[in-house]
Amino acid sequence: MSAVIDSGHAHDEHRPDGGIMRWVTTTNHKDIGTLYLWFSFTMLLVGGMLALAIRAELFQPGLQFWHPEFFNQLTTMHGLIMVFGAIMPAFVGFANWQVPLMIGAPDMAFARLNNWSFWMLPVAATLLVGSFFVPGGATAAGWTIYAPLSTQMGPGMDLAIFALHIMGASSIMGSINIITTILNMRAPGMTLLRMPLFVWTWLITAYLLIAVMPVLAGAITMLLTDRHFGTSFFNAAGGGDPVMFQHIFWFFGHPEVYIMILPGFGIISQVIPAFSRKPLFGYSSMVYATASIAVLSFIVWAHHMFTVGMPTAGILFFMYATVLIAVPTGVKVFNWLTTMWRGSMSFETPMLFAVGFIFVFTMGGFTGLILAIMPIDIQLQDTYYVVAHFHYVLVAGSLFSLFAGFYFWVPKWTGRMYDEKLGKWHFWLSMIFFNVTFFPMHFLGLAGMPRRIPDYALQFAGFNEIASIGAFGFGLSQILFLWIALKVTVLGQGEKAGQRPWEGADTLEWTHLPSPAPYHSFDEQPVLG
Amino acid sequence: MSDRAQHYYVPQPSHWMIFGSAALLCMAAGAAGWLNGWEPGRYIVFAGLAILAFMMARWFGDVVRESEGGKYGRWEDVSFRWGMSWFIFSEVMFFAAFFGALYYTRLLAVPDLGSIDNKLLWPDFAAQWPTAGPVFKDPFTPMAAWGIPALNTLLLLSSGVTVTIAHWALKEGKRAQLALFMLFTVALGVTFLCFQAYEYGHAYSDLNLKLSTGVYGSTFFMLTGFHGFHVTLGTLMLTVILARCLAGHFKPENHFAFEAVAWYWHFVDVVWLGLFIFVYWL
Ligand code: HEM
Ligand SMILES: [Cu+2]
Repeated sequence: MSAVIDSGHAHDEHRPDGGIMRWVTTTNHKDIGTLYLWFSFTMLLVGGMLALAIRAELFQPGLQFWHPEFFNQLTTMHGLIMVFGAIMPAFVGFANWQVPLMIGAPDMAFARLNNWSFWMLPVAATLLVGSFFVPGGATAAGWTIYAPLSTQMGPGMDLAIFALHIMGASSIMGSINIITTILNMRAPGMTLLRMPLFVWTWLITAYLLIAVMPVLAGAITMLLTDRHFGTSFFNAAGGGDPVMFQHIFWFFGHPEVYIMILPGFGIISQVIPAFSRKPLFGYSSMVYATASIAVLSFIVWAHHMFTVGMPTAGILFFMYATVLIAVPTGVKVFNWLTTMWRGSMSFETPMLFAVGFIFVFTMGGFTGLILAIMPIDIQLQDTYYVVAHFHYVLVAGSLFSLFAGFYFWVPKWTGRMYDEKLGKWHFWLSMIFFNVTFFPMHFLGLAGMPRRIPDYALQFAGFNEIASIGAFGFGLSQILFLWIALKVTVLGQGEKAGQRPWEGADTLEWTHLPSPAPYHSFDEQPVLG
Repeated sequence: MSDRAQHYYVPQPSHWMIFGSAALLCMAAGAAGWLNGWEPGRYIVFAGLAILAFMMARWFGDVVRESEGGKYGRWEDVSFRWGMSWFIFSEVMFFAAFFGALYYTRLLAVPDLGSIDNKLLWPDFAAQWPTAGPVFKDPFTPMAAWGIPALNTLLLLSSGVTVTIAHWALKEGKRAQLALFMLFTVALGVTFLCFQAYEYGHAYSDLNLKLSTGVYGSTFFMLTGFHGFHVTLGTLMLTVILARCLAGHFKPENHFAFEAVAWYWHFVDVVWLGLFIFVYWL
């Protein structure tokens, strides 16, 4: 049974009109994936600049560059831009490129919706970045925008609320699209339990997104009405409760952190077997582990609120539930290690990032476990220890997995190999500077340095200096990545890539499609035996 | 999988979506200005809404044309079904946030405000629902369940029945009955909205119950208002479907747009039952 796909285009390699309108009007999953990836990388650089502004201030104790109010704007916007502008859209970009290729689909299920999901993001980014320039500046309430702080800020807070609404809508639409594509567009024979893990992790991530983005939207809508329409959701004088905001926010927020890592797990689960030249160890246990992480992620949110005050039974519940997540996470790490065990491994850049990921992400997982122990968390809450924890899982976890995925798939996307030597440099520089930046933060946090404060006591000076140096090094290393990416994509340099440049890679895009993958791939759906 | 159609329709590049983004930019930036006392803001919001309406009309117009032109087969149909189901699930979660807020205040926040911890601050605050909180002194009357709200329940439930009868008629090819019962459904929706508008007026002018009446007013108007907004959308969608029925669209075996709107309408219906029980009644 071979299928002819009426793509609505001419059937041969017809490309749409050049120029900007191609990108504005496109309904092609590859174009849209590319847009997502460039957008998110731009946001990574913007958010990175904010981070460097933070680190410049913290290089020395005392106030050097910024007013405290502006410093808080920097940390807030850094968080919001990185989470919603860089990491999440980057994974959606990968989903756009890879999900149809890996399941043998002609395109995404809803091509026009796909376009709109992307083109909402520049709007949200404009609102967010633009909020720096309105009276009072951007919101300074932290990326967690806790009430009552967030019920007090100026117009910048309103812009952030609307930006979050729009990014939420974009995520929901994108997820509906991805879920439908996975459920309905798989090639004949591609049963659910034969899907590549990247597809599986995105299926579950999309479900999480649809479940929790609306909850965030509800929370910020109540924030908006508290700010402007006299409601009292988060105001004790009117019978409401600011703590309720934290509960609703973290009901969204904790699944959100898994939204940012599960597709990364997916990428790592493609890269490790490919470069170990062995099938993934424990495929179905990986699937079930991912699913149980998703389920558990709904019942651990209050581990962010141990210091807020809770009944003891609540504390114990959230503590044990949180620790329980370590079990499926551990299953994943062990499966990756076992996949490599006695494999004939080679260490091209994607594999370097993947192995690096395992080391450094696992450290972040351990610090998470430490934070989950409530008596310890009482000491560490809102210190740099937490900052260290989530940068280990988000930068060395999510971002490194994105880099691994980029180097892994860019030959398929462009038909050219990236510069292997520069790629290795990028890895080592990133890895070293990442640790120089964030490892000292563990010590700072254990010693009691609070996060989100522009000044600090003298005894913290040494480690802060090191962290700032590391941060600038890390930032510069990403300029190297920009150059590597430009070279292989826009400039079209690099040796030609064959259909299957990684001999261990065995998913459909490598086995069935040439490099670069044609503009319309799988016009005929492949049939899996 | 062998029985599904073999052609998946991937549409041509389209100009409409960028209008949607422009609309969102106008609406968000305009609203932020408007809320902060910047006069032109409101006009920018209205311009944004107009652009959005234009974009929806053109985009959905394309979809309708493609559908009537026979571009969609079984395979696309399944996509639409999944898409609509997940969309409704996202709406369920949106309402869940507001219902969660209601339960949280009623079960935790308000009792806590009346607990011994807060006696020093507010010695004579009685933690009873409904409440406008310890500081509000403006007396108000809560909304009774058995007047208009009960009537509204009846209206929405009947509209669920009429839309189902319309669906049966469509499947049996009885076009006149289809149009008639769609008309009933739209009329019931509109009546519901009129009643709700009346109820809001009553709340403001007779009961002294406002959006700013502490947490009771907040949850009452947020939940009913958000629901009313969905009824408005649902009624608009039903009207479009009615117009399409009159234009001779839909076939007995192929009419997912109709079903999608009916699903949506039932969803709005079920949410109302939750509202009736937890906001008005208990
Ligand atoms: C083994 C798994 C994990 C455990 C047990 C864990 C536990 C925790 C705990 C208890 C906190 C609260 C610390 C505090 O505020 O005092 C926390 C914070 C955080 N975690 Fe994790 N975590 C884990 C994995 C992850 C992953 C995979 C991510 C993201 C990719 C992540 C992102 C974050 C973020 C962003 C915060 C800080 C939120 C904020 O206050 O701004 N965590 N984690
Ligand atoms: Cu968490």
